[in-house]
Amino acid sequence: MLTSYVPIFIFIVIAAAFAAFTIVFARLVSAQKPNAIKLEPYECGIEAAGDARDRYSIRYYLIAMLFVIFDVETVFMFPWAVSLGKLAVFGLIEMLLFLFILVVGYFYAWRKGALEWQL
Amino acid sequence: MFESILFYTLAAFILGFGVLVVTARNTVHCVVFLVANFLCVAMIYVMLGAEFLAIIQVLVYAGGIVVLYLFVVMLVNLKRGPDAAPDRRRQSRVGFVLAAVMLAEISAILVYSAARPASAVAAAAATPLQTVGNTEVVGMLLYTDYLIPFEVASMLLLVAMIGAILLAKKEI
Repeated sequence: MLTSYVPIFIFIVIAAAFAAFTIVFARLVSAQKPNAIKLEPYECGIEAAGDARDRYSIRYYLIAMLFVIFDVETVFMFPWAVSLGKLAVFGLIEMLLFLFILVVGYFYAWRKGALEWQL
Repeated sequence: MFESILFYTLAAFILGFGVLVVTARNTVHCVVFLVANFLCVAMIYVMLGAEFLAIIQVLVYAGGIVVLYLFVVMLVNLKRGPDAAPDRRRQSRVGFVLAAVMLAEISAILVYSAARPASAVAAAAATPLQTVGNTEVVGMLLYTDYLIPFEVASMLLLVAMIGAILLAKKEI
């Protein structure tokens, strides 16, 4: 059954080889005359100020956390949807209970304004 | 033969990336190595015939959880490495104890699996998952035999959500 993954494996090998080839070939063929302006991360546009590793607002974390929670909730629905035909009404009630508990959390997040991007 | 080569290659990659996660100086690099580690573990899941778990590993762990890790790395200011010199002697002592525990665990597993007849192990490993779709088997098991853990998981998610809001909101 692993043999069915051979096309994917070939695809990965070709993709990696193409990326490596592009980098190596460009390095071999191109003329390199670097100067200070060329070596900047952005050659045009606003000059970079400060360090990229700055502290972020906690709001990003909150959004990411809510995203992961609803992501996991969706993950549970995939096997449920596939086997709902056999589970019938029992499965439907189970999932409704599961969703009800999470909807409580959703309304909590909504009421507390966790979904809004207030400044 | 081919499968064991693949397995040992993947295991070597997983161990290598794991070592890189704990040794890399730049914390963001650690997180990137962690993504590579998760992807290799997903390939192990594919080898075991657990395709659903493999996809979830990529989507939730490599995609979602790692984003959280990145945010945590960005939230705590780790621009410099820990320059307060750690107590080397104490570190090596703790390392020695942990290595001894690990060795004891591995030898226990070896002894236990040697004592058990190999055919029983093989019979336990060869579950007939391939007759129906992998996801369907997971669904049937999760929503019949493991119903209570599934409903408890929703409570866990609810607690995580409320906890995150409580911690991160400026005014509730």
